[in-house]
Amino acid sequence: MDFKFTEENIGKVSRIIQRYPEKKAAVMPVLYVAQEQNGGWISNEVVKSVSQVLEITEEEVMGVVTFYTMYHQKPVGKYHIQFCTNVSCMLRGAYPIWDSIREKLGIDNGGVTGDGKYSLEEVECMGSCGTAPMMAINEDFFENLTKDEALRIIESLK
Amino acid sequence: MSEIKIVLPDIKDYHILEVYRSHGGYENAKKAFSMSSDDVIDIVKKSGLRGRGGAAFATGLKWSFMPKTTDKPKYLCINGDESEPGSFKDRQIFEFNPHQMIEGILITCYAIGVKTAYIYIRGEYYKWIKLVQKALQDAYDAGLVGEKMKETYGTDFACEIYVHSGAGAYICGEESSLMNSIEGKRGYPRVKPPFPAQNGLWGCPTTINNVETLTNVPAIIKNGWEWFAGIGAPKHPGTILFGVSGHVNKPGVYELPSGTLLTDIIYKYAGGVPGDKKIKAVIPGGSSMPPLRGDKLEGVTMDADGLRAAGSSIGTGGIIVMDEDTDLVAVLLRITKFYHHESCGQCTPCREGTGWMEKILKRMNKGEASKADIDLLYRVATNIEGNTICALGEAAAWPVRFTLERFRDEFEKAMKDEVEMPVKNQVHSMRHTKIPIAPIHH
Ligand SMILES: Cc1cc2nc3c(=O)[nH]c(=O)nc-3n(C[C@H](O)[C@H](O)[C@H](O)COP(=O)(O)O)c2cc1C
Ligand code: SF4
Ligand code: FES
Repeated sequence: MDFKFTEENIGKVSRIIQRYPEKKAAVMPVLYVAQEQNGGWISNEVVKSVSQVLEITEEEVMGVVTFYTMYHQKPVGKYHIQFCTNVSCMLRGAYPIWDSIREKLGIDNGGVTGDGKYSLEEVECMGSCGTAPMMAINEDFFENLTKDEALRIIESLK
Repeated sequence: MSEIKIVLPDIKDYHILEVYRSHGGYENAKKAFSMSSDDVIDIVKKSGLRGRGGAAFATGLKWSFMPKTTDKPKYLCINGDESEPGSFKDRQIFEFNPHQMIEGILITCYAIGVKTAYIYIRGEYYKWIKLVQKALQDAYDAGLVGEKMKETYGTDFACEIYVHSGAGAYICGEESSLMNSIEGKRGYPRVKPPFPAQNGLWGCPTTINNVETLTNVPAIIKNGWEWFAGIGAPKHPGTILFGVSGHVNKPGVYELPSGTLLTDIIYKYAGGVPGDKKIKAVIPGGSSMPPLRGDKLEGVTMDADGLRAAGSSIGTGGIIVMDEDTDLVAVLLRITKFYHHESCGQCTPCREGTGWMEKILKRMNKGEASKADIDLLYRVATNIEGNTICALGEAAAWPVRFTLERFRDEFEKAMKDEVEMPVKNQVHSMRHTKIPIAPIHH
């Protein structure tokens, strides 16, 4: 599938470039713009397009995409669930909740449900240790979770 | 004394520009601009302010490393990567006091002659990135940042501030990795020297400071260095944002004078341990800091010297409390898994060592390890230390080494005397033999 920045995003990209003395430095924020436009992941076409806009090689773009976990190299669900199991969350019962979410959705870490609605990722500390356990669904944080609460939130998504 | 709040004052809607200004906000920048930049650095030096990003380095001293005469542009990076497990305090500043941070950035830029600053915020802080961008936009619109500030403050100094969001790599909190990330590269730490003040962003002089560090600066300019130097522990003055998590009744961020008793933070502020259980262990400064034994907490003060004396370090001020029922093998496995995952892979001891430690701990956690594995694990950890490009090596090794030193009994209880080694571990089991063997390469 072809990828072309929308008119609006071309404007965004040129404003981003202004912030840095070199075009190349804009690659991370530009990849975010592209990922959002592309439905949440970075395809080869996206890499190509970003490399053209920033006048850098596709390898340079790929190098960045593969280093940072927040650029997804395959499609994610409509609701991308990031669940923290790091130490502060673990001490407050994250693992049993994580198990029950996996069981409920029938997918494991890195999986996407068959209908494309949910994807699941076990993540490292998200900076919510004081309100642990936590998960993020797309860009929203849900904190102080219990098992019931977590499952209820996931179920309520349309 | 404990009522002093510098970084997170109890003022309603303080994050809103008008409210911040009605309390004298941005007047401190104006005051600083009327002094010489050397005087500003001098005040910060005398205040005794030390970095809140982990190493507690003297802030004024760091600023004085920036060359005064150079034809290159100079840069400031504000480190809001905040990804060390157990740390969640900069997020509070982004949400509740972004303007004081911005004002601190302005004053710092003036002091070290910087015209461009980047606030690096971890990518997962979606909401907080937006909050900072909003505050920054408001400040720009009011002519408090950018070209218009010359007119607003009546000076010939101006600087630009941009937000750069990370994308899920803990290592980018390390300052040289952070600079590579801003340059649009993979976040590999750089070999030092050269140090950032000589050769930083795009090869230009650069200073990197933590968010909380710089948020203190406007208050120091306002109230004077004597005032700041008089708060808390004399050699590490001011307040510190302590993030308390784990087994406490009231987890959260508490701003308290440095030097506050660790036991006061846990029992008086964070409400003690649920079910009045005893404490087995406390990590005092984010997951990479050496854990303290629960029976050795009496009298420990939360400042650089106090924690050094207790055998740990202040780190990010993130305090993780573990009660008597905590399985330390499982905790250490989880921490080690994190550092293995986050190792950038440049140095063999870190890349291989973290993986090896995780493997051994996994085996221990499954009850498939022998007592000899405790020594093996210890040796792997101590072989990482000092042999790597950046301090992630130590960050991974310290928890292992010190947990084993201080809680060896816990591990011995959980290990068998002897186990049958699965085939893939035969090479490790050679240490049981008396024959000297060649070092093992992986
Ligand atoms: C692996 C690693 C991760 C780090 N993460 C952070 C971080 O998230 N935030 C931070 O301020 N400092 C972090 N640091 C420390 C920085 O390298 C640097 O010392 C600090 O930002 C300097 O600011 P300060 O002098 O104001 O403390 C990290 C260091 C290492 C080795
Ligand atoms: S110590 Fe680890 S994280 Fe740091 S540069 Fe070496 S491999 Fe990378
Ligand atoms: S450990 Fe889960 S948010 Fe910090």
